[in-house]
Amino acid sequence: MRKLYLLAAGAMLIATPAFAADDTLTIGMTLSQTGSLNIDSLAQQRGAELWRDEVNDAGGIKVGDKHYKVRFVTYDDQSQGARVQQLYTRLIVQDKAQFLFGPYSSGLCATAAVITEQYGRLMLITGGAEPKTYTLGNKYLVQVLSSADHYLTGAINALKTKSPHAKVAFVYSDDPFSKAVVLAAREQAKAGGLTIVLDEAYAPSTTDFGPIINKIIASSAEALLGGGHYTDGATLARQIYDQKANLKYVSLLVAPDSPEFASLGPAAFGITVPSQWEIQATYKPQFGPTGAEFVKAFEAKFKAPPDYHSATGYAGGALLQHAIEQAGSIDADKVVAALNAMDVTTFFGHFKIATDAAHHGLQIGHEMVLAQWQKKNGQLQREVVWPKAAQTADLLYPLH
Amino acid sequence: MDGVLIGSVYGLAAMGLTLIWGVMNVVNLTHGAAIVAGMFALYLLTSGIDMPPYAALPLILVGGFLIGVALYWIAVHRMIGRPPLMILLSTFSVNLVVIGLGTAVWGTGLFNVAVALPGVTWRRYTFSGTHILAAVLTAIIAGSLYLFLYHTRLGKAVRAVANNREAAELVGIPTTRVLSLSFGLGVALAGAAGMLIATMFPFTVLSGDAYQLKSFVVTALGGLGNPAGALVGGVALGLVEGFAAQFMPVSWTLVIEFVLFVVVLIIFPRGVFAFKRS
Repeated sequence: MRKLYLLAAGAMLIATPAFAADDTLTIGMTLSQTGSLNIDSLAQQRGAELWRDEVNDAGGIKVGDKHYKVRFVTYDDQSQGARVQQLYTRLIVQDKAQFLFGPYSSGLCATAAVITEQYGRLMLITGGAEPKTYTLGNKYLVQVLSSADHYLTGAINALKTKSPHAKVAFVYSDDPFSKAVVLAAREQAKAGGLTIVLDEAYAPSTTDFGPIINKIIASSAEALLGGGHYTDGATLARQIYDQKANLKYVSLLVAPDSPEFASLGPAAFGITVPSQWEIQATYKPQFGPTGAEFVKAFEAKFKAPPDYHSATGYAGGALLQHAIEQAGSIDADKVVAALNAMDVTTFFGHFKIATDAAHHGLQIGHEMVLAQWQKKNGQLQREVVWPKAAQTADLLYPLH
Repeated sequence: MDGVLIGSVYGLAAMGLTLIWGVMNVVNLTHGAAIVAGMFALYLLTSGIDMPPYAALPLILVGGFLIGVALYWIAVHRMIGRPPLMILLSTFSVNLVVIGLGTAVWGTGLFNVAVALPGVTWRRYTFSGTHILAAVLTAIIAGSLYLFLYHTRLGKAVRAVANNREAAELVGIPTTRVLSLSFGLGVALAGAAGMLIATMFPFTVLSGDAYQLKSFVVTALGGLGNPAGALVGGVALGLVEGFAAQFMPVSWTLVIEFVLFVVVLIIFPRGVFAFKRS
């Protein structure tokens, strides 16, 4: 019997290598395959997978005279912080991940960062915009996308051109990302001369927004700014339409950027969304694909158009690859130094991070656009309506 | 007003839970899964075969009843008379299986059934057509349940088993069949509530938990084992949600609901409108 145990243990050791082969680079991440963050996390994952497949098809990442193939190790975090903490430890200790991509959402990224900093592993954040995490003295954390302070800036500026003293309602999810966005937007709205008539946070699990919409109507707000992530944002948009809240302008975070948002039909029409990237963007990349090439490859692989979460997922990979190639090493400190020095443009836009100790890793180069669901040839699609320089259609205002 | 409309649907969901409790003394933890099943049945029938949304209601009621009867024989029957924890575990296991299968098939993304119904506008406020029709259909289903329980022989048998199972058996009532029928009815009501909720709000595979929790609060308010009380309790909960939100941040409504839950349990341990057992 004892021999049988030994044989089984030996077989397991052979079947599960404790670490990857020398010419393979292991990148770990958790995905929200289940739970409330599922839609946005899936989009981000697809972008990263497209990058990995393209890199491997091209022979891998070149480091000196060696080429490293990329291998992903992933787990489902169930959209829960507690799972993230366990799984990032496992990715580093057990799976020997050399680099990490962040999970989706600010809350989960902040949780994961505690672990990755302890072990001194570089983590690129492609789906967490809250800036607070970058003020905690982290050295191995790098943000790819614009931080939350800038999310509603375009929406406020666009509104001011149509109604300089509009009455605004802030209705937002009670989560770290949405609160960080509104914290900055509140000051921007006040400074811009807008009047805040309602300021209300709701639980991320809210399904019935009826009482909140009644408050919006009672406040006589013309514009609604807020939302959170996909599930609550899409539910809020549907009920604003059903209960005819008579809003002239609605800008919601995250949810309307997903192609699935079109399934709301007429409830999606006219809703604006601050976006990290749109298909129409025409940045001239210094490396990696152009926007058009990225869109074509993504659609060929996934039979669906990419949203900005997919673009950030891909851009995170491309930036890591560029930094490793620049550093000529897979040593975390050398790659972080290369990222600190980078001031580059990809199809996703400008990349430059703060390098002072008080904000290390915070994205300061990237800029956002404002998109709106409009009808073209009877079909709902997103158009860039702000800033003027990137505009593909005029802002529809008022909605009612 | 909107609170009354939504609350009546909460009441319908709780009626299923309280009926099973009243007749069988069973806390049915598949309740949330049954609500979600009703939501997805509507989604599949409307998107798969283009069925008009409200035409799906009779199908969901019948399908829910049959599934409920099957569930009784699979997961509940052998647990009757055993310690309550066994039935809790058994129904919770079925809940996990159903939600797990649903997650594997549909993921946890948001689903929406677009229902175009004109609403009613009063001053600046609009009451959505889907909310009004959901409340009307709830009233019809609740009325039908009342007629069944109080004006049919079978309904009388259900009430007899709820009052005293041994005595019912002594007078020749086939109590096992009555129990399976009651479980089927409870699941059918939960499915119908899920279907009506899906006409009002988008939903995910995981939405059942929130409504199951509300059903427990409503059941405590309305009285354990009292379907009519559940409807009143549901409306009361809807009113509390709508009313409290006008005077405090919306995120406080959950706190208010559960404080109310605890207070009712302390003052009226069998519920405000408790079913009187002879």
